[in-house]
Amino acid sequence: MRKDKLVAALLQAIALSALAGLMIITVFIFKEGLPLIFRTGLKDFFFSADWEPGKGNFGIMSMIIGSLAVTLGAMLIGGTLGLGMAIVLTQFCPPKLASLIKPTIELLAGIPSVVYGFMGVVTLVPIIRNYLGGPGLSVLAASIVLGIMVLPTVTSISIDALKAVPRSYWEGSVALGATRWQTTHMLMLKAARSGIVAAIILGMGRALGETMAVIMVAGNALEVPGSVLDPVRTLTSNIALEMGYASGEHREALFATGVTLFAVIMIFNTIALSFARRTIRQGRGQ
Amino acid sequence: MNPKIETKKLNLFYGNFHSLMDISISIPAQSITAIIGPSGCGKSTLLRCFNRMNELIPEVKIEGQILLDGEDIHKPGTNLIRLRRRVGMVFQRPNPFPLSIAENITYGLRVHGTPEGQKPADIVEKSLRGTLLWDEVKDNLNGPALALSAEQQQRLCISRVLAIEPEILLMDEPCSALDPIATDHIEDLMRDLAQKYTIIIVTHNMQQASRVSSYSAFMLMGELIEFGRTSRIFKNPGDTRTESYISGRYG
Ligand SMILES: Nc1ncnc2c1ncn2[C@@H]1O[C@H](COP(=O)(O)OP(=O)(O)OP(=O)(O)O)[C@@H](O)[C@H]1O
Ligand SMILES: [Mg+2]
Repeated sequence: MRKDKLVAALLQAIALSALAGLMIITVFIFKEGLPLIFRTGLKDFFFSADWEPGKGNFGIMSMIIGSLAVTLGAMLIGGTLGLGMAIVLTQFCPPKLASLIKPTIELLAGIPSVVYGFMGVVTLVPIIRNYLGGPGLSVLAASIVLGIMVLPTVTSISIDALKAVPRSYWEGSVALGATRWQTTHMLMLKAARSGIVAAIILGMGRALGETMAVIMVAGNALEVPGSVLDPVRTLTSNIALEMGYASGEHREALFATGVTLFAVIMIFNTIALSFARRTIRQGRGQ
Repeated sequence: MNPKIETKKLNLFYGNFHSLMDISISIPAQSITAIIGPSGCGKSTLLRCFNRMNELIPEVKIEGQILLDGEDIHKPGTNLIRLRRRVGMVFQRPNPFPLSIAENITYGLRVHGTPEGQKPADIVEKSLRGTLLWDEVKDNLNGPALALSAEQQQRLCISRVLAIEPEILLMDEPCSALDPIATDHIEDLMRDLAQKYTIIIVTHNMQQASRVSSYSAFMLMGELIEFGRTSRIFKNPGDTRTESYISGRYG
């Protein structure tokens, strides 16, 4: 009995310390970053593209746009592909084959991001430079690399969402004469809608937070991109690139960039979570 | 007697498991035929042969013939979509789609197209009236179908099938998820529908079979033991196994 209590207390302590760790990190980031945002002014911080730490200009708009462009591009590519794969694997492919392919896709998530970045630099960037023009290091390159990186997230969560749709719906539709494809787009996608939205949003969160691979292929130029072939710098890249030598206000500004990222990702995750909960409730037929 | 659908020496295997053995049955048009028998005897399997739903299960092998209006439904070139339109199915658990009430009814129209000169809204009304659901839901056609009661859901599922104007209605224990009063209502509805449709119902409930059906088929372990007028089967069964099942000696 006493041993049980001891173990319970120990586990509680571990859980609490993990939570406390998270809290401390959050508080720290906000404490370091928030004052600068207010000192610079919300308008000059978020809506100015002037980032010259030496002169005291801390406008992050070009990086916000960079992050959004790259994330959007990644979702256009990775979201479409991932959802497409989930549809094929759950609706059209023999279950045995699907149960073989799904873990393979999930394995993609385990490859370190440098490897993705490296592959991008070696293969993708030259192709873009030679065939489409521009420096090659670009929004497009980053979007494609990120699109592939979010594939496992989008695919596996979408698969789970589609699999959670009761089989009785599917049978009802087929018994009415609907083809597989009609059943998929008229019924399954609608029934799994919230889970699929959750998958896309979680994928977006991943794309937005990814750093290493993006630094390697995005070009990191401090300007608002005019086309998908232009180089960009994202919020995460900015922090990673400058943290090494930043001090004083510059360092604070990087933390402020972190605060921005943190807020956006929190919003994404909250939305995703609320959609995921809805799916579970629907699955129970409530 | 003019059979609407008949099977000739129908055999079905789930992998190595011989589930239906040499079933030959002729089901008369515009009447209710009940399929009865103990659990696992193959009632659902037989029912699902009529709209070829068994083929969706991997490793199913089917031998023998099924004739719908004299035509083999397994003939190469058979239009499966048209077959499933002619042979509608209502399931054991009400399975309305997670869409609105109206969208549930128009689902089949989107698959098969709306007949020339008819409006979807009219078909929605007609189908819902056909199951006496119209008055209960007419002000809430865009409301979620899943919010209806179990009985209403089952009526909706029947309406959904009626909307595509089938010729045969397959019903696999359509009342087993309903309370006695709702069951009563659905049975009334079935008698009504039998004026127009050929209904085949699987049921575990002997009273239900004797109440609603004109013909009964008794199955045991994959075999069709006896088929005939319900009144005759229940009063004067020709096989001792039928007799002992009806009088409650089997599970
Ligand atoms: N998909 C399947 N794969 C393998 N065997 C199956 C499958 N479906 C049914 N069977 C077997 O076929 C036999 C007949 O099943 P079926 O569902 O037709 O019985 P039933 O008469 O409808 O029973 P119940 O009254 O319990 O619904 C059973 O022994 C069952 O185990
Ligand atoms: Mg059954």
